[in-house]
Amino acid sequence: MQDLMASGMASLLSPMVLSFALGLVAALARSSLSFPDAVAKGMSLYLLFAIGFKGGVSVSTHGLEGTLIGSIIGGVLLSFIIPFVAYGLLRSITRLSALDAAAVAGHYGSISIVTFVTAISVLVSAGITSEGYMVAVAAAMEAPAILSALWLAARSGGAGQMDGELWREVLLNGSIVLLLGAFAIGTVTGEKGMADIESFIVSPFKGVLCLFLLDMGLVAGRGLRQARGLITAPLLLFAIAMPLIGAALALPIAMMLGLSVGGVTLFMVLAASASYIAVPAAMRVALPEANPTIYLTLALGLTFPFNLTLGIPLYLAAAQFAAGG
Amino acid sequence: MQTHRAKRVEIIIELPMERRLTDALTAAGVTGFTVLPVLGGSGRSGRWSREGQVSAAVGMVAVICIVRPDKVDGLLEAAFRVLEKHIGVVSVSDCDVLRAERF
Repeated sequence: MQDLMASGMASLLSPMVLSFALGLVAALARSSLSFPDAVAKGMSLYLLFAIGFKGGVSVSTHGLEGTLIGSIIGGVLLSFIIPFVAYGLLRSITRLSALDAAAVAGHYGSISIVTFVTAISVLVSAGITSEGYMVAVAAAMEAPAILSALWLAARSGGAGQMDGELWREVLLNGSIVLLLGAFAIGTVTGEKGMADIESFIVSPFKGVLCLFLLDMGLVAGRGLRQARGLITAPLLLFAIAMPLIGAALALPIAMMLGLSVGGVTLFMVLAASASYIAVPAAMRVALPEANPTIYLTLALGLTFPFNLTLGIPLYLAAAQFAAGG
Repeated sequence: MQTHRAKRVEIIIELPMERRLTDALTAAGVTGFTVLPVLGGSGRSGRWSREGQVSAAVGMVAVICIVRPDKVDGLLEAAFRVLEKHIGVVSVSDCDVLRAERF
């Protein structure tokens, strides 16, 4: 137990989490600190490429494991199911309209790639290995929740539309293409490829992640400041309870799949995180009458900081307890 | 110098809808338009700023087109079909252009 607490504290006091906290505090205090958009975009491209490439190299080293397909199917199923749980919870404890609840629910079924990247970094710092193919599971879990959200919206009388163009935009959004593309490059080039570019994608990784999380802290803080009047106690409760529920749903599936402690942690993180990049854009097109301030504030302003500070150490502790790591 | 009367239509629209709008305008016979980034603003959906946004869902753009007066109705009908349920502003104003054959 003491080990788990120590590992949790180490994660909380890591440069990544503290950088995020700095950004959050700076934004809440109305500091002028900001990153140019192009720099933030460049850092996110770097992180996606690095994490995808490393995942690919890991697969090339250890070979394709039998759990790969099972993990992807499990992840997709979770992504479909979680919005229904989120929708039920929202409708029972908050006063959100059915349409807003459906839109929010879609975000919680999808994933936050930054939370995933941070969790990998925490695992690496703790010396815990994980399945490289979890990158592919993350990519597979981006989109299914959108379908569940649209079905929920249609059931409640909202006219959600998902045309071919929107499907193309969701499935080929830049993050997914880069993540899977880098994963493929890593798989093909393997250890030799890694040796060639290691100095670029391994050593600077944590420093770039710190700066990126500092920027994310600023973004989350600004969002919270602008949406102060919107956050009610039931919404706050939802934003904290839902990731825990998602992680709890993921844990038995990950255990059944036979994932390692690192893999179980990442699977829980994926189920616990909420999208604030791909799904909001899809919702603006498909469910334009849903209020974007609500779903962005919940996913980015509340659940993302919760997962980053308390969630990841908690999921790691649960995975270590359950998988006996 | 000789100038010609024209209409300037400015449509401020959510970024995810940009391509759908410009495709609809092209299909409605609009021969040219200009897309400008929007830094921020305030309206029925509250205050908003482009600064530091990570999701394209909260970005906005201004699509500006200048057309002959007789083309305005067709353009607005095409734009309305795309914009109807979305956050945005559509305005039409008079302007003068030098080369009428280009519009």
